[in-house]
Amino acid sequence: MALLELSDVSKYYNQAAPALDHVTFSVEEGEFVSIIGPSGAGKSTLLRCINRMVEPSSGEISVDGVLSSSLNKKKLRRLRTKIGMIFQHYNLVDRLTVIENVLHGRLGYKSTLAGILGRYSQDEKRQAFRIINILGLNEQIYKRCDQLSGGQKQRVGIARALIQNPKIILCDEPIASLDPNASKLIMDHLRNISTEMGITVVVNLHQVEIAMKYSDRIIGVNKGKVVFDGSPDELMPGQIQAIYGSEPTSEDLVAELGERHAG
Amino acid sequence: MQFEESIKGWAQLSDYNDNPSIGIVKPLNKASIAMRTVLLVLLGLTVYFFWTLDYQNVDILKGLADTFVNFETMFLHPLAHRFTLGEAVYNVVVTLGLAFLTTLIGGFVALFLGLLAAQNLAPKPVTNFIKGFVAFIRAVPTILWVLIFAVAAGLGSAAAIIGMSFHSISYLTKAYSESFEDLDRSVIEALMASGANWWQIVFQAVIPSSITYLLSWTFLRFEINFANAVAMGAAAGAGGIGFDLYMAGSFYFDLREVGLITYLIIAIAIVLEVVSTKIKGKLQNNNS
Amino acid sequence: MQDNIFVKRRNSNLIFLSLLILFSVGSIIITQYDVLKGFTSIAKAFIWGVSNFYPDVKALRILPEILPKLLETVLMSIAATTVASVFALFLALVGSRTTRINIIFSVVSRGIASYLRNIPLVAWAMVLMLAFSQSPLTGYLALFFGSLGFLTRAFMETIDEVGNNPIEALQATGSNYFHIIFQAVLPAGMPQMISWLLFMIETNIRDATLVGVLTGTGIGFSFDLYYKRFDYHAASLVVVFIVITVIFIEFVSNNIRRVIL
Repeated sequence: MALLELSDVSKYYNQAAPALDHVTFSVEEGEFVSIIGPSGAGKSTLLRCINRMVEPSSGEISVDGVLSSSLNKKKLRRLRTKIGMIFQHYNLVDRLTVIENVLHGRLGYKSTLAGILGRYSQDEKRQAFRIINILGLNEQIYKRCDQLSGGQKQRVGIARALIQNPKIILCDEPIASLDPNASKLIMDHLRNISTEMGITVVVNLHQVEIAMKYSDRIIGVNKGKVVFDGSPDELMPGQIQAIYGSEPTSEDLVAELGERHAG
Repeated sequence: MQFEESIKGWAQLSDYNDNPSIGIVKPLNKASIAMRTVLLVLLGLTVYFFWTLDYQNVDILKGLADTFVNFETMFLHPLAHRFTLGEAVYNVVVTLGLAFLTTLIGGFVALFLGLLAAQNLAPKPVTNFIKGFVAFIRAVPTILWVLIFAVAAGLGSAAAIIGMSFHSISYLTKAYSESFEDLDRSVIEALMASGANWWQIVFQAVIPSSITYLLSWTFLRFEINFANAVAMGAAAGAGGIGFDLYMAGSFYFDLREVGLITYLIIAIAIVLEVVSTKIKGKLQNNNS
Repeated sequence: MQDNIFVKRRNSNLIFLSLLILFSVGSIIITQYDVLKGFTSIAKAFIWGVSNFYPDVKALRILPEILPKLLETVLMSIAATTVASVFALFLALVGSRTTRINIIFSVVSRGIASYLRNIPLVAWAMVLMLAFSQSPLTGYLALFFGSLGFLTRAFMETIDEVGNNPIEALQATGSNYFHIIFQAVLPAGMPQMISWLLFMIETNIRDATLVGVLTGTGIGFSFDLYYKRFDYHAASLVVVFIVITVIFIEFVSNNIRRVIL
């Protein structure tokens, strides 16, 4: 059974047009999948339906064999501990230090009282230090997060997701606010996580070239529909047009793609 | 993968030697120590207050119960016995008049003091003096200013208006000076370079560019002065609806009248708040 | 065509000015404000003040009476504000858009806060005196209710400013409501909320004087006592001590704010 399965998932915010239109695909364990598409295509909605931050209007989603729609609050939280998430704007508690933000990832596993008091076990703390080390944030452990650069903040976000010990990590436009150097660093980390730790990674991106460089698989979404589902090699100029429509950017992408295939 | 397994997994991946004294998660920095100290001190003082409070044989539960009943009478059965609704509205207008005049006086004086207190318009010793002077004025509660003036002018609207003006001046001077300080220095420099003198710069550049802030701060002060005027009507015989409130509560013990008056006051306060928000919005639109 | 803008501006200035004059004249009439008396009284008050309103040696004898009252007033303000802020925090969490549990509770909470905020302190003092008579408890309760409305609104704004982002992130990790409040919302908003708390204490100490005059408690009562006896030297000493206290508390608050914000 696939780690993540979406069957016929639709989402309507209003009567006019669906945000998601009968979306169906599955993701195997350990895959690195990129979701690409123009703004407003439904990528964010899609990602958030997976951990039920947004409720799908119809269809079924199963994560690790568990159907997410039938879960009550308590079971939903347990499911969410298996799903890590990182955000475009990092979503950290800026006033707190790196180590405190990273440990927040363990809150889903804790009782109410332990979580309120911030009681973390020695193992959890050890894990946090190790993960911080791997992401290269040793110098910043006790720094407040509002003193960090964008790239550093996103690494804290990744650390927070990793300490959950998740099976799958969802990334909502993780590099949209970063410069090219920081972007490469983050994408390299995400790729390593997928390769070394066998964690499934699903990333929303709007840079097609980056998607093609890092992913095992690409899913193209336009107006809530899946219009492409395949490996980067299979992504032809014509398909990019289908995904992005007749926007001016798609012509540049097509040109770039043509050069790549030519060379 | 279980957590224990993943710990081993990460250990293999990382070249990090486990520090045996891992434990510190909440770092002690100046800010967090300060916050915790403040909260503890406040808590301690609160407990001390209750411990040393002279309850004077007041039955607290009975008092609370009585108050609850009083509130019910006040808010659910408002009615005026000694005056008509029309007279009440008239008194509200009187109170608004008191607030208006004190705001006007406050605004005029604060305009000049504010210019002198702005760091980009006046020398440092002058601004420091004015800011200190104004802080001193603010330290004396309004009621005391009014009572002090009442010695010379008698208990009435004159003492109330002049007395309230002190805090109006203080508040508006701080607000105006901050608005003036927001103005870009380069504008002032440009005008100075073309030969304009201080007064011209003030009236042709400084005031026009901060006018929206000045007006909205002034209206905010007007709202506060309305509440003040009510209080002065009650405590210092200034007339208006505040005086009616005092009489109803302390003299006639007529709770239903108190309730009606309170409703009127709340209504006006809410109306003023709404108008203030609208003015702010309109001024921002005119600016952009 | 360009003259139009100058004409328009001059016209709108004229309208503004005439409205101002209209309201002023109206107010003067209706409040029976004797303009001349008002301005002459400033000079009169100044002269009187310089010659009468200062503490003299004789006035110092009242120190043992007023210092305990001063302490009582300060403690009353601190206690009222602190307890009010606990309730205000609860109401603010329920009422804020980002941390509310349910829309109905949120609207109710905002409504209560709005209502409480606009009831004048005078009204609270009057009503509470009827039930509790002239005890310090009356003053305390008046300040308590007066602070509750303002603090709820202030805390709600602070919580809104923290924003939804950290809350969203913690929800995605599987945390429950209480984890999110205690590990994200409160740590992020704490400095600003403490700043509001300090501001409320400062305001309450000044308002306590007014409440004291009305309810016969605290330092306000002391001032009223000497004032009504025409013992102006004593009254002026009370004022001096109030000023010292207020300035001291402001000084401490500003320093605390500098460290925590």
